Amino acid sequence: MGEVIVITSGKGGVGKTTTTANIGTALALEGKKVVLLDADIGLRNLDVVLGLENRIVYDMVDAIEGVCRLKQALIRDKRFEGLYLMPAAQTRDKNAVTPDQMQKLCEELKDQFDYVLIDCPAGIEQGFKNAIAGADRAVVVTVPEVSAVRDADRIIGLLSANDLHSPQLIINRLRADMVKRGDMMDINDTIDILGIDLLGVVPDDEKIIVSSNRGEPAVTESSSLAGKAYRNIAKRIMGEDVPLLSLNEENTLMDRLRRFFSGKSNSSSI
Amino acid sequence: MFDFFKFFSKDDNTSKDIARERLKLVLVHDRANISPRFLEMVKGDIIKVISDYMEIDEKGFDIRLSRIEQEDNNYTSALVANIPIKKMKNIGKNKG
Ligand SMILES: Nc1ncnc2c1ncn2[C@@H]1O[C@H](COP(=O)(O)OP(=O)(O)O)[C@@H](O)[C@H]1O
Ligand SMILES: [Mg+2]
Repeated sequence: MGEVIVITSGKGGVGKTTTTANIGTALALEGKKVVLLDADIGLRNLDVVLGLENRIVYDMVDAIEGVCRLKQALIRDKRFEGLYLMPAAQTRDKNAVTPDQMQKLCEELKDQFDYVLIDCPAGIEQGFKNAIAGADRAVVVTVPEVSAVRDADRIIGLLSANDLHSPQLIINRLRADMVKRGDMMDINDTIDILGIDLLGVVPDDEKIIVSSNRGEPAVTESSSLAGKAYRNIAKRIMGEDVPLLSLNEENTLMDRLRRFFSGKSNSSSI
Repeated sequence: MFDFFKFFSKDDNTSKDIARERLKLVLVHDRANISPRFLEMVKGDIIKVISDYMEIDEKGFDIRLSRIEQEDNNYTSALVANIPIKKMKNIGKNKG
């Protein structure tokens, strides 16, 4: 029996789809059988991030409505053993599916996969309710900005109202240079405010954009710091105790001097 | 320990400090709004406590979360209640 994990955030554009694609691929690389479920009906995205857009015949709504068998709506990623995508319907609206139907779909997928990762749409309306309906646990993605953290807090409240009580946090797009000069909230600020456990921190990394251009998740790129962060997160999801990784690859002389004089240790790690 | 570098930087009000303080304040309100029952519960308990001492106008009872400006121009959250009193009770007699 597998586990259903919803990746959510409230605010759009903070990295839910990127996170789903990368954690999913990393879990598959760890030998797990994983299906990524794109719950963003009408705004299908996960397929292009994964580079699978040309292989779609049937989608999630087809499977739910019985237009096709469950298996026919599952696209196998030929590059990564064990990785599957169930795409969202592009030409339907969010109300095409009910929470009950989603829950039933998740139950069926759980029988066949180790992990079912659900890429949640932005917002708190029907699409959100559908996406969380069948979830066993939730991961909240945010970026260290006031509006995104505020929305994350709202989502944490709504998750709890729906019996998803201990969501875990991913802080995405952290910039060590901005944290250092006091222009970005750091890891502790963000977890203090939200009061939930940290699953991981992903640096802002232009390789993420290069990867999405190519349709190849960044976890496959050994030189990508964000890719490394996502690989660590996947291991933590599997229950491994992986320490946060240092974000400061290059320590400038100035940094070292500053730490020497202030007696502080370097706190930017992922 | 004396922070040599902090001394030369105007570190006191970095934009991240401002972000953190604004967030904390806005979340006090957001969180209270998630459960509208919260203020009703507080109101009920306040009525219970002060009814021993005075008779109040429950219909005119108004309670809300508010923002109050302090001397240093910062804002802080406050629970503001307006409780019209009908009449005072005789405490001695009441406690019997
Ligand atoms: N860690 C990161 N570093 C750089 N760019 C990122 C990072 N995470 C996400 N992005 C970019 O941000 C944009 C929004 O990401 P996406 O995953 O589509 O967000 P969401 O699904 O929450 O709307 C995309 O263009 C993506 O490439
Ligand atoms: Mg998305």
